[in-house]
Amino acid sequence: MVTEQTTRGPIDRISGALHHRPRLRLALLLGLPLLWLVGVYGGSLLALLSQSFFSIDDFSGTIDRTLTLDTWGDLFTDSNISIAIRTTVMATAVTIAAAIVAFPIAYYAVRFAGRRLRAVFFVLILIPLWSSYLVRVYSWKLILAREGILFWFVDKLGLNFLLDAALSAPGIGGPSLSASALGQFIVFVYIWLPYMILPVHAALERVPTSYLEASADLGARPLQTFRTVIWPLAIPGIAAGSIFTFSLTLGDYIIPTIIGDSTPFVGLAIYSYQGVAGNLPLAAAFTFFPIVIMGVYLYVARRVGAFEAL
Amino acid sequence: MTKRRLLALGMLVALIAASCSDDDATTGGPIAEIGDGEGAVSIIAWAGYIEDGSTDPLYDWVTEFESSTGCQVTVKTAATSDEMVALMQGSNDYDLVTASGDASLRLIAGGTVQEVNTDLVPSWSKVDERLQDAPWFTVDGKHYGVPYQWGSNVLMYNTDVFGDTPPTSWSVVFEEQTLPDGASNQGRVSAYDGPIYIADAALYLMAHQPELGITDPYALNREQFDASLELMRTQRDLVFRYWHDAFVQLDDFANEGVVASSSWPFQVNYGSFTGIPLGSVVPEEGATGWADTTMMHANAPHPNCAYEWLEWSLNPKLQGDLAAWFGSVPTNLEACSGNELLTDEGCETNGLGNFDLIHFWKTPQADCFGTGGECVPYHEWVTASVAVIGGR
Repeated sequence: MVTEQTTRGPIDRISGALHHRPRLRLALLLGLPLLWLVGVYGGSLLALLSQSFFSIDDFSGTIDRTLTLDTWGDLFTDSNISIAIRTTVMATAVTIAAAIVAFPIAYYAVRFAGRRLRAVFFVLILIPLWSSYLVRVYSWKLILAREGILFWFVDKLGLNFLLDAALSAPGIGGPSLSASALGQFIVFVYIWLPYMILPVHAALERVPTSYLEASADLGARPLQTFRTVIWPLAIPGIAAGSIFTFSLTLGDYIIPTIIGDSTPFVGLAIYSYQGVAGNLPLAAAFTFFPIVIMGVYLYVARRVGAFEAL
Repeated sequence: MTKRRLLALGMLVALIAASCSDDDATTGGPIAEIGDGEGAVSIIAWAGYIEDGSTDPLYDWVTEFESSTGCQVTVKTAATSDEMVALMQGSNDYDLVTASGDASLRLIAGGTVQEVNTDLVPSWSKVDERLQDAPWFTVDGKHYGVPYQWGSNVLMYNTDVFGDTPPTSWSVVFEEQTLPDGASNQGRVSAYDGPIYIADAALYLMAHQPELGITDPYALNREQFDASLELMRTQRDLVFRYWHDAFVQLDDFANEGVVASSSWPFQVNYGSFTGIPLGSVVPEEGATGWADTTMMHANAPHPNCAYEWLEWSLNPKLQGDLAAWFGSVPTNLEACSGNELLTDEGCETNGLGNFDLIHFWKTPQADCFGTGGECVPYHEWVTASVAVIGGR
């Protein structure tokens, strides 16, 4: 016993002390990242929100730093609420479409593609992420233009009537694909698709082949296996991917300025209020919309197990 | 749970209290004489406004200034008026800013810029007299800057569509009608994406609904403002896209079948150069325009060099070269003759003759620029234009 004690070094002693104090261990481990999260993220968010209790001076356009609720009164106008709704609808549509497109791709990569083909798949999915986001959006503007390749192609196929029907539909149409909500939707789906494919792929990869074999052995038809085994196990992956596609669409303010008919989205409205009017209080209050929407969304996503697949 | 909430509330209150602290700068009068240069001057400017020959060696109005005064010029380019205002308000590192009329009054009202002693700027007398006391930088008889350049917004149109009958009225972008090629203008016009565009609508109403009594498109009372918004709402259905990026606008003219829009001489020149069939007019209602003023920060770190630049900024060579480069009109009209780059026709090409038709941008203010009455303040222009563009 005595000899053992003399040979114990300082590190041993520290680890021994920590062993008996689990709370201290936890504090040391998580203290710094927690400080970062709470201080930097939480703090800046609070600092931003606190601006919303100021108001803007009519005359000089400078911020009047006396506490008031006036700015919050200006927030709930028809126009602002419709911006929030429009953005949410777009984010939801983009998320659903991304899931529909991503699932077969991920499923094929996991179940059928060989090792080599799977590598090719990953390169194809990830390569767009290496080029600039802006370049990709501007190229889409050209692709979707009235004189662009897509219109030309549709024209060659004689499918003009389909495109015209889509463009004359109220709400999603417009004078050109690049100036319509439909075009915006296509570009959003393209831009955020990789963020959906990867988590779905990860979720599907974790479904053991033995489950599928067991299901088949027990007499399930392929569709039944899909419905009762694969799909439930894939849902957390889709939910995880949807957090990316949903929140990225919700906050984006570049695509709506380049593609679409200029109708503002949440990010764009905040940018206008702060960047153009210098109305930081209203911009700060406006962040209330995305915070609430994301809060609700994350709550629902957690309920379906999204965080287990991240 | 309650404890945690209390803590959050406490933090919130502390943050608000911290940001309440008073940081107003006090502004003294202008300096009475120019001392020795400080060796540097720092300027916030539009892209292309301060050229040192690095983009094109022909266009250089910085190198000679630096060697003759010893003041090294640093330039911070800004993309929007609002960025300029934010940079000026947020820092004491800058001496000068080339502010447009929709920024200048905000800078003056906020105490961000100082009065300029025009006696220290010998070339002041050469400034176009129509601009010397312009209301976007002159308040209570005090001059808060030196005019730099100006230009007009124009109605740009596709010459293939309009042919021999160029549009004469802004109605082609405001009201549905059949264009000379037989098709409607719906979805074939674009409009400027910025709250200041409401003034274009007001300008149109000034001519077409005189009963509203609009005399200044930047000083609108509630009724006039609402009427302008109503016009913009009908325009919304015609507009293909609202533009704020000159190249996106040109692309819409080239590839999307947009045929008429408010625009700048720059796009007309550049677009024609790249082969798009473009023409432009200042319609019968007149047009809005921009006039930029070099203004001096209230706490400018290099006031002597700043005054040296203010004087330099008016010399005919610089004024002419810049006008040729930027497609603008000089404020020192001596620049209009004998400048190689601008040529003797340059000033007319860039719109000198349209001066009387132009209503220059200025930031709308609640007191109607001191003329009495109550006007809609600028931040409401912003909220309203976001709403209109959003279809509300």
